[in-house]
Amino acid sequence: MAASSERSPPPFPDSEEPELLEDSDDGADAFTGTSISEMDSPSPDTARPPKDIFNDPPEDIFNDPLSNINSEPQKKVDTKIASPSSDEAVDLFSDPLDDDSDVISSPEVQNPMPDLLSEPVEVPKSDFKGEPPVQKNATRQQEIFEDPPKTSSKSSSVKKAASSELFGDDDDEEDLFKEPPKVGTKKPQPSGPPVDVFTEVISDVKVKPQVKDDPTDLFAEEALSAPAPKPSASSSSRTNGVHSEEQDLFSEATVELSLDSPHNDRKKKDAVKPSVSAPAAPAASSSSKAQSKTLEELEEEESEDKFDLNISVTNPEKVGDGMNAYMAYKVSTQTSLTMFRSKTFTVRRRFSDFLGLYEKLSEKHSQNGYIVPPPPEKSILGMTKVKVGKDDPSSAEFVERRRGALERYLQRVVTHPSLLQDPDVREFLEKEELPRAVSTQALSGAGFLKMLNKATDAVSKMTIKMNEQDVWFDEKIQDVENEEQHLRKLHVMVESLVSHRKELSGNTAVFAKSVAMLGSSEDNTALSRALSQLAEVEDRIEQLHQDQASNDFFTFSELLADYIRLLGAVRGCFDQRMKSWQRWQDAENMLQKKREAEAKLLWANKPDKLQQAKDEIAEWEAKVTQYERDFERISATVRKEVIRFDKEKTRDFKKQIIKYLESLLNSQQQLIKYWEAFLPEAKAIA
Amino acid sequence: MEGSNAETELGVSVGSIRITDVTQDGDLLTFAITSQKLNGSAGVCVFRTYDDFDWLQQSLFSQENLPGLQGIIFPPLPSKAFPSQSNTQTKTLKQLGFLALGQDWQSYCKALEFYLQQVAAHPTLCKSKALDSFLVNSESPGKQRGKKGIFNRLSQAVEEMRKESHKDVDNFFQNERNKNTNVASLSKVATEKLLDVVMTEQKLALACGHFSTSLHLCVNQDDADAVAFSKICLKLSDIIEAVKRNFEKVASNNLSTLGLGLDLESRYQEAEKEMLFRRTCKLIELETVKKNTEKAKANKREVMEAFQKAVEKEFNQISSVAKQEIERFHSSRVNVLQNFLIGWCEQQLNTAKEFAELYSQHLEACRNMYLD
Repeated sequence: MAASSERSPPPFPDSEEPELLEDSDDGADAFTGTSISEMDSPSPDTARPPKDIFNDPPEDIFNDPLSNINSEPQKKVDTKIASPSSDEAVDLFSDPLDDDSDVISSPEVQNPMPDLLSEPVEVPKSDFKGEPPVQKNATRQQEIFEDPPKTSSKSSSVKKAASSELFGDDDDEEDLFKEPPKVGTKKPQPSGPPVDVFTEVISDVKVKPQVKDDPTDLFAEEALSAPAPKPSASSSSRTNGVHSEEQDLFSEATVELSLDSPHNDRKKKDAVKPSVSAPAAPAASSSSKAQSKTLEELEEEESEDKFDLNISVTNPEKVGDGMNAYMAYKVSTQTSLTMFRSKTFTVRRRFSDFLGLYEKLSEKHSQNGYIVPPPPEKSILGMTKVKVGKDDPSSAEFVERRRGALERYLQRVVTHPSLLQDPDVREFLEKEELPRAVSTQALSGAGFLKMLNKATDAVSKMTIKMNEQDVWFDEKIQDVENEEQHLRKLHVMVESLVSHRKELSGNTAVFAKSVAMLGSSEDNTALSRALSQLAEVEDRIEQLHQDQASNDFFTFSELLADYIRLLGAVRGCFDQRMKSWQRWQDAENMLQKKREAEAKLLWANKPDKLQQAKDEIAEWEAKVTQYERDFERISATVRKEVIRFDKEKTRDFKKQIIKYLESLLNSQQQLIKYWEAFLPEAKAIA
Repeated sequence: MEGSNAETELGVSVGSIRITDVTQDGDLLTFAITSQKLNGSAGVCVFRTYDDFDWLQQSLFSQENLPGLQGIIFPPLPSKAFPSQSNTQTKTLKQLGFLALGQDWQSYCKALEFYLQQVAAHPTLCKSKALDSFLVNSESPGKQRGKKGIFNRLSQAVEEMRKESHKDVDNFFQNERNKNTNVASLSKVATEKLLDVVMTEQKLALACGHFSTSLHLCVNQDDADAVAFSKICLKLSDIIEAVKRNFEKVASNNLSTLGLGLDLESRYQEAEKEMLFRRTCKLIELETVKKNTEKAKANKREVMEAFQKAVEKEFNQISSVAKQEIERFHSSRVNVLQNFLIGWCEQQLNTAKEFAELYSQHLEACRNMYLD
């Protein structure tokens, strides 16, 4: 807190006070951040009925400060609470920023508590009106519960665990009782009235010796960690609202603390609840342009450190026998990113795990307009060969090809600044055992293609309907389609090139053999020797051709295949944007209808139904605003993603071309060596 | 098959015999042949068709008053080309092999040129009037169709199977025949395989060409990123174009040196085989005559013995000529093959160096390419 106030002292009171005034906020609310209440509120909505919270007053108390810390000031929820202490609270909470201890020792602090106690019942309920970003929360919670064990060795683990529970609390009763002590133990000491409540709670919980210090520690930790993780943390929350980092909990807190700076506030909100309808937010009036700009800035920042992450997929290994056999790959990561436990780690993954990762990622991110790199297709034919055949060269090639494809796939995932932050990615790279991925069948070979085609059809259909306002998108969609066709064409060409190379290699081998035969039946010793030398040269050239064939294949053919798949994903993005547009338009139409209905009611003079109609209009207006913003956001994201994709593509191609040239040059140098060695032999014939 | 140092009695300089041009009129190829006498007179240029070549070959086969003519290894004349069929068609390829490749019948001309040089360099054949008239007369000699020579290939083929395995009386010839059969088939196979290699190289060059052209499709100037990507594609197109030229060069090197050399070697082996076969036929004839003489009644014995002597003399002449020819053949073929091998190796080496240089330039350019 202290940190945040130091960082942004002017905006804090500035932004807070108006909000308070406007919203006539409860004091506790003034002391707010967005995310936690946002996080918390939907989760009970989905996972647990809100009653739990209200059944138990102590819980409530401890929930509330937490949610208060984070709950958005502009929530309509809060407006319903007529807080007598709101003015007080302003003082209260602007003061403590300078000093933690103030918060704790101040007698006033407790004042809002009783208030809260008396009235919280309504609070969450209205909160829950917002549409929940359900899955996000779910994953987040899951992640939170996994966090503590990982960090348990650290001294701060208790705090972390505690705080993580604070955030993820609603699911678990125990958590609720663990938390209170930290907040409660400290607070009751100076306070008078609420003591009963808190002591009650304390008696429920075994208080560890260090628990007492916790709150201060907690805040100190926040303050300490605040500056450092800020960029990544905030960007991570921006990307998807899923918090993957260990310091998340703290950095989140940091963000919340500094929420009062309008930028962060918006980022947070946008990130955390992209689809939650929280309209009428006074702070949300900023243009999406400014927003996307900050996003870009954030990404720039991030792109600097993202490269220190090397992933390799190695040691394909057949596990099991018969048709139940599968290939396992070693996934090694080398990084200095602090979000990972250590600098190097290795896990074993099977192919379906990779597909599972893709499914998880695409489920979460593609609806937001992100280009999720697709994994290689399942190949029943290829895999069957591997399962059945033993040392068939074609199955070895298949395995190597797939290994390479998986490696490139993972590399593409982690170079994506947003996907890197996803907990599933981290889990995939780090965790020893993954739950077995199911239903990857849908992605198998033909099914995958069908899926892509379906997406394509949908896009083309929608293109007709959609009256594209943005020339950029109009052109880009066309470009992407053309490009895909071109790449397919090129892919065919390269394939034929590769097959010709292989043919050449085969023919050279046969020629070498026949030269060797000719040499062996030659009478003239010198000529005979020269011919057998020639046969050897041709043998080596054959090897060169073979190497070059696989080079051609792995540098170009696979590259093109990757990009054909990726372009499919790009089109999927456009598709998502269309969908979003469609939703917006539908809402717009609906609003129109409601207005007409209202007009009719007015005309018909039916005041009894008028209020309902007005409510509906308000509801649909809100939806329209929300959907429009969604659309703007997804447009911005898609645009950014496509630009990123184009850049990445150019870089990728350049890299591959250089690689290819190097291999060509190497072959030529080998050839020169061979010929130079052979020339004296030829001259020595005579 | 000797080098240009050999002189003919007619004074034609072997090295000066060149096929300088070829024109195609429907199915008819007309070759412009220049040659020069050793005595320094002006060069002569005549126009000949394949029929004229065929006439020359037949005339050489049917020379009279040449003892041991059948023992000569006649330089092999390439078989007739049918240019109206596309020169890459499988039939032509099968028939002519390497000679069907190359632009504008270049390799075919090369082979014909080589044939004429070999005839002119041959110590016996160069004396033929037919060669002189072929090289000098402006009239086309092919019109007066020479009678089919004694060595009709068709009838040969029928008898071949029966007589080829006939045991020889002379170990030298027996060995030579064995070796010849072996080498002839091996060199033929090697030639075919090299031909496959060259064909594949040409296919690859073609595929590279398509690839390189298609890369131009990706060019798009819409925005900065597209321009950067277009730049990359064009660069790759250039590179693939270079790869294509590399293949073309390598293929044409293979064709013009080792390919022609192996082709010639395999045809010469065939020519030797034919000669050996003619000798074997004579041997069989002699043996039959001997048997008949033994069986003959007294009144006819004298005639038969005289006949047998004549055949025996003829056979001996053939054998002695054949021995010389074989020796000559062996020494010259090693030379010729060596020259082809050296030429081939040098050309390939130069090509490899040239393209290594080119690739490294491209690599440098690529690394320095400014994209963002």
